[in-house]
Amino acid sequence: MHGTAIELKGIEKSFGSVRANRNINLAVQKGTIHGIIGENGAGKSTLMSILYGFYQADSGEILVDGKPVTIRDTNAAIGHGIGMVHQHFMLVENFTVLENIMLGAEDSQILNTSISKARAELKRLEREYALEVNPDALIEDLPVGLQQRVEILKSLYRKADILILDEPTGVLTPPEADHLFRILGRLRDEGKTVILITHKLREIMAITDNVSVMRRGEMVATRKTSETSVEELAELMVGRRVLLRVDKTPAVPGAVKMTVANLTVRDSRGVTMVDNVSLTLRAGEIVGIAGVAGNGQSELLEAMSGIRKAASGTVSLNGSTVDVTGVADPAELRKRGLAHVPEDRHHVGLVLKFEESENFILGYHRDQRYLNGPFLNVDAIRKDAADKISQYDIRPADTRLKTANFSGGNQQKIVLAREMERNPDVLIIGQPTRGVDVGAIEFIHRRIVEMRDAGKAVLLVSVELDEIRALSDRILVMFAGRVVGERSSDATEQELGLLMAGVEADQSPKERTAP
Amino acid sequence: MSNPYAKLPGWAEYGLIPLINLIVAFLVAGLVVLLVGENPLNAAYHMINGAFGRGEYIGFTLYYATTFIFTGLSVAVAFHAGLFNIGSEGQAYIGGIGVALACLWLDRIAPWYVVFPLAILGSAFFGALWAFLPGWLQARRGSHIVITTIMFNFIASSVMIYLLTRVLKPMGSMAPQTRTFAEGGQLPKLDWLLSIFGMNIGTAPFNISFLLALLAAFGVWVLIWRTRFGYEMRTMGHSPGAARYAGISEARITIIVMMLSGALAGMMALNPIMGEQFRMQLDFVQGAGFVGIAVALMGRSHPAGIIPAAILFGMLYQGGAEIAFEMPAISRDMIVIIQGLVILFAGALENMFRPAISRLLARRRSSSLAPQPQNSGA
Repeated sequence: MHGTAIELKGIEKSFGSVRANRNINLAVQKGTIHGIIGENGAGKSTLMSILYGFYQADSGEILVDGKPVTIRDTNAAIGHGIGMVHQHFMLVENFTVLENIMLGAEDSQILNTSISKARAELKRLEREYALEVNPDALIEDLPVGLQQRVEILKSLYRKADILILDEPTGVLTPPEADHLFRILGRLRDEGKTVILITHKLREIMAITDNVSVMRRGEMVATRKTSETSVEELAELMVGRRVLLRVDKTPAVPGAVKMTVANLTVRDSRGVTMVDNVSLTLRAGEIVGIAGVAGNGQSELLEAMSGIRKAASGTVSLNGSTVDVTGVADPAELRKRGLAHVPEDRHHVGLVLKFEESENFILGYHRDQRYLNGPFLNVDAIRKDAADKISQYDIRPADTRLKTANFSGGNQQKIVLAREMERNPDVLIIGQPTRGVDVGAIEFIHRRIVEMRDAGKAVLLVSVELDEIRALSDRILVMFAGRVVGERSSDATEQELGLLMAGVEADQSPKERTAP
Repeated sequence: MSNPYAKLPGWAEYGLIPLINLIVAFLVAGLVVLLVGENPLNAAYHMINGAFGRGEYIGFTLYYATTFIFTGLSVAVAFHAGLFNIGSEGQAYIGGIGVALACLWLDRIAPWYVVFPLAILGSAFFGALWAFLPGWLQARRGSHIVITTIMFNFIASSVMIYLLTRVLKPMGSMAPQTRTFAEGGQLPKLDWLLSIFGMNIGTAPFNISFLLALLAAFGVWVLIWRTRFGYEMRTMGHSPGAARYAGISEARITIIVMMLSGALAGMMALNPIMGEQFRMQLDFVQGAGFVGIAVALMGRSHPAGIIPAAILFGMLYQGGAEIAFEMPAISRDMIVIIQGLVILFAGALENMFRPAISRLLARRRSSSLAPQPQNSGA
């Protein structure tokens, strides 16, 4: 294949005072997989939204097949053969696959003729690209991987030659991700052009032909994937050298700090979210919980930290029991040596409208050192905040700035500083690096290992398998609310991936434990 | 970001936007005056002159403002905990019972400075009591506070009709009101305050409950931004999830905040009852509880904003009365329309001009400003 499928020249886009895209130039060759990589907030999604017609560029030119085009809306994008698979699927849950694929692309007011035509076309597409899916299945009954396949088919049905995928592997298990990459490879072989947006370096190296790196709204480099390395790309993304591996010594587990026995949690509709989970946390050890998002990890953390009531089970902290089925008070647990970095820092871990200094006392605001009788000791609070800001290098160093104005990485550092500097016995951390830039990830990982080395018991929950494998001394895998396996830190990705997908490797590999 | 609610500099947030809203409200009000066939400039002159033209007018303006400071603070306190208290009207009404009881009991035997503190406690107690019930119902039974406080306004109204026609009315009187208080139930005027500025208070009922209102405003500021309880209620108001995480009891905060809000509303009753009429009359609140919602919105729930907003509404009340008097074509109802427009633009449509202003400011600065990392990327 020759020629460029898409060329962008001098694209500029600002939101208010923020220049999300600055003078972007990009050429995507026909019949290749082109990766676009960058940190959160680097402007990748903005750029693709311009290409797909969600936004208009302030200035600049878009060329499709060498011809200049204006893309005013998504219909225009589809008209030029550009299809997009969003991070969050745009599917009607209670429609069938076929209905979803037809939606918005019906031939006439009478559906019957369209349906039979669509069915034939879908068959052809399935054959051509090896994308099997039952056209009459309801979307809500399909696993995430298949739903994504439907999104791809939707674009192909609309005769897309250029396919944009935005963070496609965020919701997939490793085997599903591998399958997706095989599909993308097949699409390329059939002459389609694929643009893959991601922040995962591993995916870029595994599947792309070329890769462009964005940083702070600018396109800083384009490389042939075969001629670059993970280290070079990481450095381009962050703008400085980063350490991708976590240096740590073998764990020296000490006394038991927290035990969870037969914990069951139900949601408000009575659905079991955590099913009879037991685990033990020891001093000087990081226990990781791997699993695809939504398999009960969040509920487990909430029950252990007293935010959510458990249906049954016992928890003990520092040798004394915690009433998790009744009135487990997060404030009481804190006093007894538990610190909790919640998964959702925007709605739980921080109050975004507070001044930064006020967030450093959230949950610890009853502590006498921040109070003068019933009054807040504002000087002490700001002084304490300033100390933590310099210790954790939080930027900008302004104790009175509203927390919403900090970047994701700095917000996470605020939470970590607050919870870690309390010198807790047990530290529970959910998604420590979600939405956090690479530079801050390095820092956060180092701090977590330091906590372990200082003799703390650490429970780590993350949907990033790489993170779990890099940090954990022991790995538990959760699936459908249950702990389906325990592995040591040197477990292979394939092994963990199978467990995450609900295949119990301990027993017969064919026996599935859930749909 | 494309977010129209992006942060603006303080002077734009608290100065420019309310000012623009106000100007637009007055422009539209001017159109209404034109429609009636009167000269809007003339009306504006009478409005301003009627509110500030003489010491007496200023006295009336500040008398109304006193009332609105109390109800505005009442609504604002609840706002900070994420509660929308529409019941300040009823809480102020019931608060009057506390004032009346203190006055009827002691007005003949004690001077005002003995009666006043008791009346303050009484008004706050009864106001808090009337807010406690909706607060408790939301905290323990999940009944939404907006619904229950509206219902409690009606109940308050019926209770007061009963009390003023059956219980508190002196024998033989035809009017649904208490007897007129003796000197001990009458608050001193602030004539000396106005005379400092060389003005004569005339017949205006501007009294020392204004100073109490200023004190209350300062107290509310301290409560919200400088106490542990204020921290907890703001946490709950901004983020219930974070409040649960921090171990803050939602039920406890809801009940206490509602009682504080009710107490502030109840204290409003001091101003008309002890400061002007020297008796408790039917319907003495006259919608001040609802004006408090507009005052709190316009003042951004901050005491420093609520005081000027209350004075603005005081001006509308006093100046509006003057317009109706000077320009017969403009009836009392027209004044209500003008007040309604101010509430509409300053309260309900307060964010109408915000996107345009934030774009304008952004464009002015964009050339010099580098893009910051924001969550616009993948």
